[in-house]
Amino acid sequence: MVGAAVQRRLTWRTADVAELLDETSSARSVVMIVPDWPGHQAGQHLDVRLTAADGYQAQRSYSIASPPESERIAITVERIDDGEVSPFLAGELRIGDRLELRGPIGGYFVWDVSLGGPILLIAGGSGVCPLMAMLRHRAARRSVVPARLLYSARSFDDVIYRDEIDRLAADRSGLEVAYTLTRAQPEGWSGYDRRIDSAMLADFGWSTAERPLIFVCGPTPLVESVAESLVQLGHEPARIKTERFGPTGG
Amino acid sequence: MDGAHLKLDGNAMAGVMQELFVGDITAARGACAACGSIAVMGEQHAFMYPLSPGAVLRCAGCESVLMVVVRTRTRVRIGFRDLAWIEVSQPPTT
Amino acid sequence: MSFVTRGFKGRPRDRSVGDRLPPGQYLERGFPVLSTGPTPHTPPADWTFSITGEVDDVKSWTWKEFRDLPSESITRDIHCVTKWSKFDTHWQGVSLDTLLEEVDSAAEYAMAFCDGGYTTNLPLEDLTGGKAWIAFAYDGQPLDPEHGGPARLLVPHRYFWKSAKWVRGLQLMNDDAPGFWETYGYHMYGDPWLEQRYSGD
Repeated sequence: MVGAAVQRRLTWRTADVAELLDETSSARSVVMIVPDWPGHQAGQHLDVRLTAADGYQAQRSYSIASPPESERIAITVERIDDGEVSPFLAGELRIGDRLELRGPIGGYFVWDVSLGGPILLIAGGSGVCPLMAMLRHRAARRSVVPARLLYSARSFDDVIYRDEIDRLAADRSGLEVAYTLTRAQPEGWSGYDRRIDSAMLADFGWSTAERPLIFVCGPTPLVESVAESLVQLGHEPARIKTERFGPTGG
Repeated sequence: MDGAHLKLDGNAMAGVMQELFVGDITAARGACAACGSIAVMGEQHAFMYPLSPGAVLRCAGCESVLMVVVRTRTRVRIGFRDLAWIEVSQPPTT
Repeated sequence: MSFVTRGFKGRPRDRSVGDRLPPGQYLERGFPVLSTGPTPHTPPADWTFSITGEVDDVKSWTWKEFRDLPSESITRDIHCVTKWSKFDTHWQGVSLDTLLEEVDSAAEYAMAFCDGGYTTNLPLEDLTGGKAWIAFAYDGQPLDPEHGGPARLLVPHRYFWKSAKWVRGLQLMNDDAPGFWETYGYHMYGDPWLEQRYSGD
């Protein structure tokens, strides 16, 4: 089934916006019904294409935040202030609107319970989205593959899916979560409060002897710095997968 | 006897190319002609539109340009530079 | 009728600017950074600019020699092939006329070559007569590596992919030959007023 999903030609489809969920003050999840969706793997992304009345088009890629087990397809859009597409998707878009999209895309940055673990997921900001699809998939399959999520955000209010992540961490399935809040911390915060570095990765991540599958996603500078630290700590480069978000076009 | 009888039309390659372009390219492996390193496409470095006039795939090892994709209004041009070869996995036929 | 996304307008495409915007462009207030690869960082001590190729003698300037040449203030509109235009950009640079004066050549074309391997081709016609500079400052400050520093080619009357960042010289040629983007599908000349974006336009 996985092979069949990967071999199909990518075509533009029209999706219906079914739900809109405010995740943080700047991030909103768009949940869609996509007819004939061929299925996807956790970690893949899709392209959204917007067309203005005068024919002008803009296109952006978004990680699929929903797991393969979910019937509806969700993406989470972080609104970038002077962006072109994100203010529309995270603002103007209404339930009942239709969006053109194509996917799923990308067979490289994917995780499925059959790949085993332990897994180390490292997120910078909205880089948590594809990793959330992986955790949701893990939960849907009631997997006990040991998993750790290290999530870097500016403040507690910027943590996307916070309640759901905390619930998954509390369900005794073997998921541990650490946040590092780099700009502002709540009163009495005893967690990490700096950019992810080697010491933090050595402290919270799996030891190299455990040979974890590692997925790093976020802004390019964070991903590059974390990937380099992981290799310096002795993790196998072949077991580290990265998805750089880059300075997105917005 | 020369090899002229071995020459086919380009459309004999159609099936081969369709597998290349329909399938998922990020899991495809490619070799860099400049430094010899072999890596999965998903691991290489990409510089993409709208932050570049076209998509440039660079070798993660030496940053040589492997492939360049330019989309015009009506065509897509795929340029090859230091990509020595590209290989896609397929499900076994039997 | 093809699909239209309800409520999507895209960036403000300021039509009120009248004749000043070339066809298909919109006005941008920022200065987007576009790149095809990692940013080179060449220290001035290691920098040279050379005119090579179809010349009697290769001519080269060190950074100090280059900065000792007469330079001028340039204020021009610029137009990127990715559709943004920016009005009244301020630069400081040395005119290509000043540099090409030092060289004897019957060549009609040039290939700009740069740190990082980027190239772009232009007819000499487009580089002379006060139409092109090697710019080393933007908005009164030394040119940032992100925007092509220490120096970039500046040819405002062509799409901005022709204003090669991190330029290190010109190779003069008798015949035209495509540079990086021109090889991969972009137009050999790139006149924004004729909307010469892609080859075949």
